[in-house]
Amino acid sequence: MKPDRKFVMLIAALVIALFFLPFVTDALLGRGWVRILDFAMLYIMLALGLNIVVGYAGLLDLGYIAFFAVGAYCYALTDSPHLAQAFPMLFPVGVHLPFWIVLPMAALVAGGFGVLLGAPTLRLRGDYLAIVTLGFGEIIRIFLNNLNAPVNLTNGPQGISFIDPISVLCVSLNKTQTFFGIAFPSVHLYFYLFLAFTALVIFVSQRLEKSRIGRAWMAIREDEVAASAMGINTRNLKLLAFAMGAMFGGASGALFAGFQGFVSPESFSLMESIMVLCMVVLGGMGNIAGVILGGVLLALLPEVLRNIVVPLQQALFGRTLVDPESLRMLLFGSALIVMMLYRPAGLLPSRLRRREFGGDDAAAEESVYDATH
Amino acid sequence: MPHTEDALLLASHIGKQFGGLSALDDVSLHIRRGEIYGLIGPNGAGKTTLFNVITGLYQPSAGGFQFNGMHYESGKPHLLAQAGIARTFQNIRLFANLTALENVMIGRHVRTRAGVFGALLRDRGTRKEEHAITVRARELLRYVGIEKPAQTLAKHLSYGEQRRLEIARALATEPLLLALDEPAAGMNASETENLKTLLKTIRTSGVTVLLIEHDVKLIMGLCDRVAVLDYGKKIAEGAPEEVRKDPAVIAAYLGGGGD
Repeated sequence: MKPDRKFVMLIAALVIALFFLPFVTDALLGRGWVRILDFAMLYIMLALGLNIVVGYAGLLDLGYIAFFAVGAYCYALTDSPHLAQAFPMLFPVGVHLPFWIVLPMAALVAGGFGVLLGAPTLRLRGDYLAIVTLGFGEIIRIFLNNLNAPVNLTNGPQGISFIDPISVLCVSLNKTQTFFGIAFPSVHLYFYLFLAFTALVIFVSQRLEKSRIGRAWMAIREDEVAASAMGINTRNLKLLAFAMGAMFGGASGALFAGFQGFVSPESFSLMESIMVLCMVVLGGMGNIAGVILGGVLLALLPEVLRNIVVPLQQALFGRTLVDPESLRMLLFGSALIVMMLYRPAGLLPSRLRRREFGGDDAAAEESVYDATH
Repeated sequence: MPHTEDALLLASHIGKQFGGLSALDDVSLHIRRGEIYGLIGPNGAGKTTLFNVITGLYQPSAGGFQFNGMHYESGKPHLLAQAGIARTFQNIRLFANLTALENVMIGRHVRTRAGVFGALLRDRGTRKEEHAITVRARELLRYVGIEKPAQTLAKHLSYGEQRRLEIARALATEPLLLALDEPAAGMNASETENLKTLLKTIRTSGVTVLLIEHDVKLIMGLCDRVAVLDYGKKIAEGAPEEVRKDPAVIAAYLGGGGD
């Protein structure tokens, strides 16, 4: 596959635009919005991870946020003074491992939890799988909530604070840094870091999608019996999907902990799992661009509402009648209903589903040409 | 006793019960390399059950079978596919939302190796393998005569094309034994005739064929040997002409009182 000029130009333009995005946002909307963008990036990573499990392999996972939690707590425990409380002899000042060790570790531990969830649920499908995964998500959260006794491992509902900020190549991302005479505030630096990881996650997803493994996942999604009759080891491949999805979740959890400086179980509620699932479904299951779009929209929606609805009501009625938080759920619910009625395959349906409606044969031939050359 | 040396598949005393219902009772048969073996019987005789046992979907309640010299008791379908049994389904089970080409490419899964790292790095070996998969898949589509709709979703193919696609997908696994569950069901006369030609071509290429069929005429013109099942028991086995004259078979098919 030779990258043609147009494609290279497009990527270059995108990179430049994204480089200036935090500065423009900062200038136009204020620094708070750059922070919101950072969170949007984290959500995109999460949604892409869940897309492997739900979109490719067709395994409905309602407890996905648990892996995010595992990653976040991995980072929190190994990069904060907290463990000094539980094991003062062993870690007098807590544990402070470098970022590049903690990140892969968080991903691997979360991946392990993915297999742990996957193994007992191999025979379950559809609704049954959804219920078990939902339970798993809650179990993790409740564990985190209660593991402050007999040994104070997670500090219970108070959560873990004073988490070390992420530092890359001895550059702490927690304070404004100056490169080439340009001052980069902390949120900008985190934006670039998250952007880099999001790009990596997109790359991995894309490569997996167009590979033997990705095809096997889709075969399982379409018909598990036929897939196994074709010699696909459905057990291993389902576990692999769970593990890969969980690793993405764990890695973004670690980034979240380092960015936030504080983790507590309430960040990992069922509502968050559902939110991430909605990003995948709303955008277009199995389609990377769709999932990204879903992630951006749903991560920004509550903030946009908060900034529009309150001043609007103030101007119209002189006071705030409807809380933006409850309005969010209302809009969100109606959006999902409208989507399911009019665009059941998502905002940007995957390539194949689109063809189903359009009959885009030229594009199809081209993609095969790409695949073979 | 059958000659076991030339038997590709040797099933001995297979029984299968669903709750109190005995779907298969002490069924033994052997399929020789290179033949087209027919399995016939009235509705509910246990043909598909036997099929599912042999392809690993069901675990037999009694007995076991040997395939290509190896013994298999509890079935894991993917292991049997690896060993060289490929099948189609009575009620077509394609990967409906994938293209015809992708369906066949998935059939290559079991004979290819690229894993996660191959997919991520897309090194020279993986690229070569991917290329070979695509080329072979296109070849197979041409072989079964549905080259044109390669980019059509499987669910949008015509009925006959779907049947052919299932065969192409099964052939992609490089089977020693191709097991077809009522491939002519729902086909019109000319489609059935084309299928017959295709099956003969497949046999010529050295693949053994096990064929479940309702249509006795198709079986008679095509199969080297035939077994007849009725109420889960094998009531006859042999060359089609002999079997056709067998009084037990006639009774089973015509619903006579038996004897």
